[in-house]
Amino acid sequence: MILAQVIVSGLLLGAVYALFSSGLTLIWGMMNVVNFAHGDFVMLAMYVAFVAYTLLHLPPLVFVPLAAALLFLLGLFVYAAIIRHVTRGPMLAQILSTFGLALLLRYTAFWIFSANFVTLPDTLVGGTVAIGGLRLQAARLLAGAVALVLTVGLHLLLTRTALGSRLLAVAEDRAAAQLVGIRPDRMQGLAWGIGAASTGIAGALIAMFYYISPTVGESLALIAFVTVCLGGFGSVPGALLAGLAIGVIEALSAYLIGAVYQDVVVYALFVVLLWFRPQGLLGQA
Amino acid sequence: MRIGLGVAAVVLLLAAPAAVGDPFIQRVAALVLLTAISASAWNLIGGYAGQVSIGHAVFFGAGAYASLLVFKLFAWPPIAGAPFGIAVSLVLALLIGVPTFRLRGHYFSMATIAVAELIRIVVGNWPLLGAAVGLMGPAVPRGLADLSFLSPLPYFYIFAAVEAALLWVTWAMARSRTGYYLRAVRAGERAALSLGVPVLRYKLVALLLSAGFTALAGSLYAVMVGYVDPESVLGILVSVQMVIVAALGGAGTLFGPVLGAVILVPVQQATNAAFGGSGSGLTYIVYGAIILAIARFRPGGLLELLHWRPRRAA
Repeated sequence: MILAQVIVSGLLLGAVYALFSSGLTLIWGMMNVVNFAHGDFVMLAMYVAFVAYTLLHLPPLVFVPLAAALLFLLGLFVYAAIIRHVTRGPMLAQILSTFGLALLLRYTAFWIFSANFVTLPDTLVGGTVAIGGLRLQAARLLAGAVALVLTVGLHLLLTRTALGSRLLAVAEDRAAAQLVGIRPDRMQGLAWGIGAASTGIAGALIAMFYYISPTVGESLALIAFVTVCLGGFGSVPGALLAGLAIGVIEALSAYLIGAVYQDVVVYALFVVLLWFRPQGLLGQA
Repeated sequence: MRIGLGVAAVVLLLAAPAAVGDPFIQRVAALVLLTAISASAWNLIGGYAGQVSIGHAVFFGAGAYASLLVFKLFAWPPIAGAPFGIAVSLVLALLIGVPTFRLRGHYFSMATIAVAELIRIVVGNWPLLGAAVGLMGPAVPRGLADLSFLSPLPYFYIFAAVEAALLWVTWAMARSRTGYYLRAVRAGERAALSLGVPVLRYKLVALLLSAGFTALAGSLYAVMVGYVDPESVLGILVSVQMVIVAALGGAGTLFGPVLGAVILVPVQQATNAAFGGSGSGLTYIVYGAIILAIARFRPGGLLELLHWRPRRAA
């Protein structure tokens, strides 16, 4: 029974991983740029939730959309001010620009909020829920469910709407998309906005039950990298499956080996993947 | 004439710390050189080969830990651990480089950061390596081989010798076939591949050289400081330091990392002295902003700026 409990809570957290990793894979697939600040975007969203709740007493129903909106704007800004200018430059510039941004965000948070871990109160989303003999934290259940729905929604947006087709057209061939009247810059900027908004929602959701610290983004970024590689680069359904899998792997390794090693197992999985299946489990060789 | 001036300048710079006599300044001068060594080592792969590692702390930490581990286990002088640290680094470099160098550049960067974090967590929980507390060097020097000096001056000269050797290796590499191939790889990997450049092999050569020298820098750090813990030698900020020093001065230039170290290390020492522990957070905000600004506006670093003007005027 405990094992089932561990697996279900792993799946719930994994759905949140899937949500923000979808944002990373969208940006990556659109323009071949890896956002090394992705985890720090999630961190920022967590602090948005923290500040909104503790200072303004806003409930999750308000602070989750608020974080999504703020991070969407941040994504647009980062694209317009930085990314647009470095994509045609050397690889060094591409990687260092988002990595520098990560440091800037991380240590600004460190400076403002200090290194202490903070949490939102357990009672934020009413205690625990019993489902079929499992006792689950209501906040985790809510976060997992919302994240799952939104990740599927993002996939539908990309595959079933005209906007999604325009985005994917730019991802496939920037110049050809331009020829048929799509503005690549707009679409890429939008991808950054959507990608960052996914971290906004995911961050505000996990803030309800996860510890919040300025450096939390470092391990979250690595989790997103592993998720994207496991799911296959650019694939939202892949990211969803991989996110769930990584949530479970992490929960099981914390339960069976010890909590300090849960990240080690995931990072080791990343190295193993790079050696044996860099295209991901679902990708084609 | 120019060579004569250069030699005179180097001799002056080398003699200056001894002439000043102030131990604080001597210590800063030694740290500048140590920082220049690790940044020059990063520059081999990050600058010349254009493969951006953001986890070089793993090599630095291997060297630093190996030095103090041989002291703890066998009571050897710490510097005797350097070869072991280098060996471990080379193995880690192959582990990271072989799979990722077949993929696009991002994968290498992501793998370096993942392996560095993995090793940091493992070391931080491994009793043999002192877990979170770390390892200590000899409390009192037992002989010259311990390289334990009160004055920073001997370290300054040791580091100067190592950096000179490393710069020579870099210079020789840049002029050799390897250097030309790496430049081709950096300019466009696919083009280089289609021209028959064995891309994977030469990227690995650069990474192995870089990892080895970074491990040596870590050993020298451990010898001088006499104390290592997971955060101070394996933390992400150790990697950040190498990246920013090299990128500020000029990644892929011979003297860029030296220039970066000459500028950044005194600034860092001054902010630490002025703000104490709370200053480190501010330092890294500024570092992040500098890295971002270089990437966005001046990917060539400061040296490029210096080189540009005369050409434009001419």
